[in-house]
Amino acid sequence: MSALLSQLSSYAFLNNAIIAAVMASIACGITGTFVVVKRITFISGGIAHAVLGGVGLAYYFNFSPMLGAFGFAILSAFIIGWVKIKARNHENTVISALWAIGMAIGVIFMYMTPGYSVDLLSYLFGNILMVTKTNLLILAGLNVVIIGLIVLLYRQFIAITYDEEQARLRGLPVNSLYILLLIIIACTIVVLIQIVGIILVIALLSLPAAISGLYTRSIAGMIFLAIILSLIFTLGGIAISFFANIPTGATIILFSGFGYLVAVSIKRCSISNRQ
Amino acid sequence: MYSIKNKRTQPVIQIKDVTFSFDKQPVLENITFDIQRNDFIAFIGPNGAGKTTLVKLILGFLEPDRGTIKVLGKNPKIARTHLGYVPQYTFFDLDYPLNVLDTVKMNMLHSGSLMPWFGKDEVKKAHELLEMMEIESLAQRKFSELSGGQRQRALLARALASEPEILILDEPTASIDITIEKDIYELLKRLNDNITIILVSHDISFISSYINKICCLNRFAAIHSVDEFPRESLFDVYDRNIKYLKHHCHL
Repeated sequence: MSALLSQLSSYAFLNNAIIAAVMASIACGITGTFVVVKRITFISGGIAHAVLGGVGLAYYFNFSPMLGAFGFAILSAFIIGWVKIKARNHENTVISALWAIGMAIGVIFMYMTPGYSVDLLSYLFGNILMVTKTNLLILAGLNVVIIGLIVLLYRQFIAITYDEEQARLRGLPVNSLYILLLIIIACTIVVLIQIVGIILVIALLSLPAAISGLYTRSIAGMIFLAIILSLIFTLGGIAISFFANIPTGATIILFSGFGYLVAVSIKRCSISNRQ
Repeated sequence: MYSIKNKRTQPVIQIKDVTFSFDKQPVLENITFDIQRNDFIAFIGPNGAGKTTLVKLILGFLEPDRGTIKVLGKNPKIARTHLGYVPQYTFFDLDYPLNVLDTVKMNMLHSGSLMPWFGKDEVKKAHELLEMMEIESLAQRKFSELSGGQRQRALLARALASEPEILILDEPTASIDITIEKDIYELLKRLNDNITIILVSHDISFISSYINKICCLNRFAAIHSVDEFPRESLFDVYDRNIKYLKHHCHL
């Protein structure tokens, strides 16, 4: 550990990686909690994968890939929200289509851009050590938006994720709130992609919150514990990958997956002991 | 049209020529009746008779193919904040990390509440509702940790939290034993002094002494006042109506 700490001062990239991991953990704990209780990991997966389309376009037309990712994430959140409201039965088909079409657009545009292969891999599997100062500023901005919206509309988001019918009876704008929740998920995905990449993002979004849900009895408690767990998984993953010299994103996900297995086993044991 | 002067006498729910189908399969046809303030009306009919569909039309979750529904003189979508609803099935996740007290508080929410917490008065009121339902000791439990009867009481407390003018209960006692059932009806009878109550049931054996009106549904509707048939048991009324409706629908 001291080796890692001593490297911190000498390598700016490691510093950036740790700041990015902390910000990702906050976003991930908050949003992941709502993704898990509303059971919309598939929708989140659709948004995450569609993002590659935006990254591909950004490379081809030479603008910031993060901006491209952000644009496609928001666009797919709107499309999925609209489809869910208008044509409930076709929701899964549309999400699958969006999932694959986004990736196809990304692959084709990256292919047409010279020197694409390295960047494609780092977007698919993440490359936390490539996080720049500008990226950190954008991540901070997105975090402020996510935290602000959740604090203001905390009870409203609980109402619509708990029981939509009752929320409608209270006169809440359920459809608008649902689309807003998808937009928050989209913002979180853009943040998390920096750390673990498009393909692994769903695990980081859902595992810490799922573990937290096993041991907490309120949404606020679940968010708090999920943030702590995300911090342990991302920072621990960075440390392990640094010493073992293996890819960071994959290490973080394996660490989270292992954590989930342990948490479920402990819960199972404690329940059977009680009985 | 809905002036203050006739607020007391105007029906709280007006259903006129309402027809509704699912995938071209008619569920309700030409339903017309009014519900008056402080009525305690039961919607009775066999499974698939359209009872829950009619409830969802009144709540504004569905829209009629033809005809109009007015709740408190307005479109149900606008008036539904004045309705309390205890659904037949619990559509929400029983393991959702929300305890009974918080569940009740959630129904005091309105679109303008922009703080993450509830006020002191609201918390106090939620406790009072749980006391009234005799489940105060379960305030910190999750729904998954309650029995069927306790869940119904908690859902009733939640429906009352928004101070509704009309309370709609869809099969409130389907999974509850008889003594608890009687308790709940006694409680509803008391609430009926201030609140109009609609009760959906497939069986009228217990409710006859509590209700004042009965709506027999089987795609069509027939309304009766309970006093209409002093010498006849409600069972017979129900039986005859269903036969009549079956005949009428060529079933």
